[in-house]
Amino acid sequence: MAAPENAAERAPESAIEHWLKAAVLEVQEYTRLTMAAIRACFSRPFYFRDVLEQFEAIGIGSLTVVLLTGFFTGAALGLQSGMTLDQFGARSFVGRLVSASMIKELGPVLTGLMLAGRVGSGIAAELGSMMVTDQINALRALGTDPIRKLVVPRVLACFLMAPVLTVMSDASGLIGGWAIAVTNLNIGSGVYWQSVTEALYLGDAWMGIIKPFFLGFVIGTIGCHVGLRTRGGTQGVGRATTNAVVVASVAVIAVDFFVTPLLIELLY
Amino acid sequence: MALQPDTRPADVIEALGPDGPIVMFDKVSLAFDEKVVLREVSFTLLTGHTKIFLGASGSGKSTILKLLVGLLKPDSGIIWVNGKRVDLMSEVELMKVRDDLGMVFQEGALFDSLTVAENVGYKLYEETDMPLAEVRARVEEVLGFIGLAEFIDRMPSELSGGQRRRVAIARAMCFKPRILLYDEATTGLDPITADTVDDEIIKLRDLENVSSIVVTHQLRDAFRVATHEAVRSGNDVTIVPADPEKAEEAEFIMLKDGRIAFEGHAAEIREAARTDPYLRAFLSSH
Repeated sequence: MAAPENAAERAPESAIEHWLKAAVLEVQEYTRLTMAAIRACFSRPFYFRDVLEQFEAIGIGSLTVVLLTGFFTGAALGLQSGMTLDQFGARSFVGRLVSASMIKELGPVLTGLMLAGRVGSGIAAELGSMMVTDQINALRALGTDPIRKLVVPRVLACFLMAPVLTVMSDASGLIGGWAIAVTNLNIGSGVYWQSVTEALYLGDAWMGIIKPFFLGFVIGTIGCHVGLRTRGGTQGVGRATTNAVVVASVAVIAVDFFVTPLLIELLY
Repeated sequence: MALQPDTRPADVIEALGPDGPIVMFDKVSLAFDEKVVLREVSFTLLTGHTKIFLGASGSGKSTILKLLVGLLKPDSGIIWVNGKRVDLMSEVELMKVRDDLGMVFQEGALFDSLTVAENVGYKLYEETDMPLAEVRARVEEVLGFIGLAEFIDRMPSELSGGQRRRVAIARAMCFKPRILLYDEATTGLDPITADTVDDEIIKLRDLENVSSIVVTHQLRDAFRVATHEAVRSGNDVTIVPADPEKAEEAEFIMLKDGRIAFEGHAAEIREAARTDPYLRAFLSSH
């Protein structure tokens, strides 16, 4: 009988053992990369030009998709909540629902998901291609630390641009809600904006700003980790890109779930 | 084009001598999981000399170069480069050793988002404080040396395979390392283009006194590098058959199943092939 060639064909214990070992290894390597990136942020050499380039590529480059997502989400929220509030004769409160949902939850999470799709995949594909074509080894042979040159600029850009993009997405969402409120629900602009501000507390604003820091950090580090672990030619780059999007998207939602109660505890 | 000043400690220079060993492998072994790649490999490269590693795919040739640069760590054994033990060094310490090592990767491994000039001058632009104008001048000088001066502002994607390899050589030599490592620098190239790459290897060795390690399974290129030398007359450089003494400065090492199966000069490998069936098969099949 031929020897089993992949994990699926092995004995059950062996396959589980193999999977567990691989999972532990991934966590170990991810932690190691993350710690090295954090250390590299606070020591020299620091590739300032690369950081600026990534700020532009990740921040400015993601602006359109984030604004559009925010706008349509706010608009859809306005429509849905308008219908529900109508049942209680409270249509004029639509601004409260839109602002509370967008700023506390939907803005950070949807921006995170958009960044996971656009930026996480891009980072994984770029670093993955560099891995399989030996460019990362060439960097090391030329005396450059790939973590400082490639990982730090991308992680910093994700970490710092995610909150900025989230605020813009929130604003866009509120405008989307306003557009629906005025054109579809026949609510006056003043009533809508007053409703928006009435429902907002300082804690909500902090929640909406602090959360994206975590999400941005996770997206950047996962993209870099998956990219730098790429093996197996162009097929491997494809796999890495898919993995980065899937893992970063799930991580965004999971991190949001774990960070939210923590922030509620701290801010309210 | 002057070499970098020798920054090795005085006692190391004295112990190694001006023509002493610049690279030493002492019983180096490495395995990836169950697969043993190298088994107690030992060799010595003298300053200004050439080692040519031959062997079938997967025989561990490229691994030797990666160990030497510190991209991989051996399971056992000692590796000396320029009087320093690289097998014990951290990544940060290795950065210093790499200042003296230039490596040409398979397929070139050029940075595809950078121009030829930025690729060639990468180390000087990014890792030194050299003024930009001086770096540019050095890049122009190096590209002129390999005959690609007019391609300075092109992107790597606009170059042919042979041109990419030559740019990779230019990148490896730009910061004037004492040791150059060539990993399958001519694989996949047509014979004419491969000759131009071989000529660059010969010129760097003979005119710049660079010690070289050439990894290849292209016998034609291996023998060309081993049996030719570069001669400068005025401004012209010509590649001519090497005299026997010069030819002995290039040694072949045949790897088989992670072990050294043969070590000797061009004449010796031809001689050994008469009696060794593996060598005979390898030499006749290429």
